[in-house]
Amino acid sequence: MATSGAGDLRIAGVTKTFESFTAVDDIDLDIPRGSFFALLGPSGCGKTTTLRMVAGLDAPTRGSILIGDRDITTLKPHQRNVNTVFQSYALFPHLDVLDNVAFGLRRRGDKDWKTKTHEALELVQLGHISGKKPAQLSGGMQQRVALARALVNRPDVLLLDEPLGALDLKLRRQMQIELKRIQSEVGLTFVHVTHDQEEAMTMADSIAVMNAGKVEQLGDCATLYEHPTSAFVANFLGQSNLLKVAILGSADDGLVPAATHGTALSISAEHLPPGATEVWLGVRPEKLHLGVGGGPNRLEGMVTDASFTGVATQYLVRMPWGQELTVTQPNDGSGRARVGDNVTLSWSPRQGFILPASEAADAGTEVEGG
Amino acid sequence: MAEAVLRAPRRETPSAAVRHVRRNWVPYLLLAPGLIWLLIFFAVPTLSLASQSLQTGDVDNGFVLTWHWQTYTDALSSYWSQLLRSLVYAGVATLLTLLFGYPLAWFIAHRSGRWKNFLLVLVIAPFFTSFLIRTLAWQTILGDSGLLVDLTQLTHTTFLLDGFKAVLRALGLIANDQLLFSPFAVISGLTYNFLPFMVLPLYANLERLDLRLTEAAADLYASPLETFRRVIWPLSLPGVVAGTLLTFIPATGDYINSVLLGSTQTTMIGQVIDGQFLRVLDYPTAAALSFVLMALIISVVVVYVRRAGTEELV
Amino acid sequence: MSWIRRNLVVIVGLVVMVYVLLPNLVVIAYSFNKPNGRFNFQFTQFSFDAWTNACGTPGICDSLVLSLQIGVVASLVATVLGTMVAFALGRHRFRGRAATNLLIFLPMATPEVVMGSSLLTLFIALGVPSGRTTILIAHIMFCLSFVVVTVKARVASLDPRLEEAAADLYASPAQTFIKVTFPLVAPGIAAGALLAFSLSFDDYIITNFNASPSSVTFPMYVWGAAQRGVPVQINVIGSIMFLGSLAIVAIGQLISSRRTKVA
Repeated sequence: MATSGAGDLRIAGVTKTFESFTAVDDIDLDIPRGSFFALLGPSGCGKTTTLRMVAGLDAPTRGSILIGDRDITTLKPHQRNVNTVFQSYALFPHLDVLDNVAFGLRRRGDKDWKTKTHEALELVQLGHISGKKPAQLSGGMQQRVALARALVNRPDVLLLDEPLGALDLKLRRQMQIELKRIQSEVGLTFVHVTHDQEEAMTMADSIAVMNAGKVEQLGDCATLYEHPTSAFVANFLGQSNLLKVAILGSADDGLVPAATHGTALSISAEHLPPGATEVWLGVRPEKLHLGVGGGPNRLEGMVTDASFTGVATQYLVRMPWGQELTVTQPNDGSGRARVGDNVTLSWSPRQGFILPASEAADAGTEVEGG
Repeated sequence: MAEAVLRAPRRETPSAAVRHVRRNWVPYLLLAPGLIWLLIFFAVPTLSLASQSLQTGDVDNGFVLTWHWQTYTDALSSYWSQLLRSLVYAGVATLLTLLFGYPLAWFIAHRSGRWKNFLLVLVIAPFFTSFLIRTLAWQTILGDSGLLVDLTQLTHTTFLLDGFKAVLRALGLIANDQLLFSPFAVISGLTYNFLPFMVLPLYANLERLDLRLTEAAADLYASPLETFRRVIWPLSLPGVVAGTLLTFIPATGDYINSVLLGSTQTTMIGQVIDGQFLRVLDYPTAAALSFVLMALIISVVVVYVRRAGTEELV
Repeated sequence: MSWIRRNLVVIVGLVVMVYVLLPNLVVIAYSFNKPNGRFNFQFTQFSFDAWTNACGTPGICDSLVLSLQIGVVASLVATVLGTMVAFALGRHRFRGRAATNLLIFLPMATPEVVMGSSLLTLFIALGVPSGRTTILIAHIMFCLSFVVVTVKARVASLDPRLEEAAADLYASPAQTFIKVTFPLVAPGIAAGALLAFSLSFDDYIITNFNASPSSVTFPMYVWGAAQRGVPVQINVIGSIMFLGSLAIVAIGQLISSRRTKVA
């Protein structure tokens, strides 16, 4: 556990209710200084509301927000050392790029604003367009101006509200790498709000997955992906195959005998809730192998769909009990199956994860929230 | 990389962060001067006018509030024809402004290309010049020795003009051979003067109309007429209603067109009220007529407000 | 035939355009006339007389000056008061919204005869003599609502995110207003002021009720002229007004289009 040093962002017991609707429900987050942190979740989960409360644009109904030892909960936005990159950029249309970027510096009476502004524009590679107006710029350029405008003030925390949403795919990928580079170069704390789990995993050191106002799970990308603690996280982050599994015995050499729909399996004893008789076994599509080479666990089924996606081929394999499992096989030259083929799927016990039986298997699979 | 940590559930923090909404006095401060001005110089006079309509007396001896409702019935029986005429003229003029203004608004919004701003300026600019002068210009245009007659004589199209006059005579819009000083001239003047009030709201509305909707309609087998009836017209209704109100309301009370372009046969209620006030000095009657006029107008507006609420008014 | 059908709207549009502009063109054309009688109906002789002698007829330029003075003051006051109301309506929540909307709307729905006459009654009751002051008060009253409508439209279309961004970037509420809100609403305020000025300048009915023989505004002068005899100078002034306002609006458009020119 990290200790909170000067400059860490702490969100403590924060709740936000609007009339009868609770947007954020008693969340606690500790974000170390200098890290790249992502708030990930579907629309309406409260991530943007949380961000706005850190910025000071909304006030928490309960709880406090601290940077280091300083309680900023009651401070107005212009009194906080926090800057935001808005989703719609919110560039001032009547000012040119230079004046936009210099806005914060000049409000604070910084004598050095010209030099710093040009430095910031160089950092985002837009030094040559300082005289243009926002309306004359492309979406990608506007986004970089918005970033420079926030960065130049060297805030304690830089907030990004889905800043890449309006960009096309290639540009978005490019900007993700750019943002990561800039963050490590400048060393500021970045808090990035997004609904795109791929984006979060690409850029962030650690992620908090939010759902309906609460934090479902928090940790680094690998932990969240390989060891989700709820069905929501399992389904929201990548794809999961969830099998209802009955526990048949006790652990032996780290493995536990189990069965699903009459087929015997062995699962890892790690993370198994004590005394459980039934659990969900989760296996990611890329952990399932076509053929017997993947490991001791075997299931038989029929291919109902095969989609070639370039890097891999994604299969839907129907089990005898009707459930369709998703299998992702890299196109590395090993044979591909066709629709209608009967195949054997295999995987290693240590490649699965366990979820309590009380979890709803379809949490996190909806396209749009609620 | 340092890890973020999920803290154990926190003990209750003091309620420093619980905020209640302060009664914000800023809007009231902003509203006060303007609203007070309107209260003193609009609301109060209107109310005093209401009371005036129920008073009896005369200018020399003063007026007394006697709740003399008969003033209303007397006024109505004497001047109902002018009242009706005002409504009819204003109604026809409004219809004509809609007929002329709709194509113009559409034309500027969707068919004018790079001339759009220029045309808008041309539509607005006459509005900024003295409308009395422009109305007088219609005297020049429609007069017997005026422009229209000269033009038709020049181009040998006098027969067209005569035919036009015959049609108007049949409709009762002109009395003899004169285009000027007739109901036709008055309605033309009203139409002309209030056209910008119809065009601008219509333009604002039509400009936002997504032409792809008409493409979708065509894709779904609608003829141009049907597209207009089922897609364009319904979507333009807010603009139509706004323009109609902005035109009909002032037109009903207008009398400048009637005086300059009309005759004694075309007297509108505004003239009557003006005369009663400034010449006959029969304040109660004038006030009563004013209120009847207002009541008629307000009832039109009420119908609109019922459907759209007060937010759209301002 | 189908060409006509396709371009019907264009044709009708252009015809209506001509109809709108015709009187102005007539006014301009006849300003170069030297009429025989008191009235300017027939074009008899081309002459620059009226233009070179624009203030020739007694009282015309005095009335013009008075109208301009009243117009400037009335539009200034109406703009300030109206802008404040527009901001309250467009930006804040408060009790009595419906009543405020109604009070602002009613002057636009009330016939000028009614407003003019009721105001006259008030002034008589208060013992205020008719004249410049009463005219000014009346003009501010009826221009206010139009300013509110114009500015409110602009305020409502302002992206609230911009003010949030300003606060996020250390601007206090006052600084946010000065640096961000006001510059963006300014075109609407200018439009409102222009509208108020033209309404005031052009008003006859309400002015007539509240004027005295010593305070003759330009519309009142023209009205009198319509009975007495229309001097050609009126056409000259009308032409100047038309071309002048064309020029002002055109310049305004040029400035704003240059500001927002997309690369």
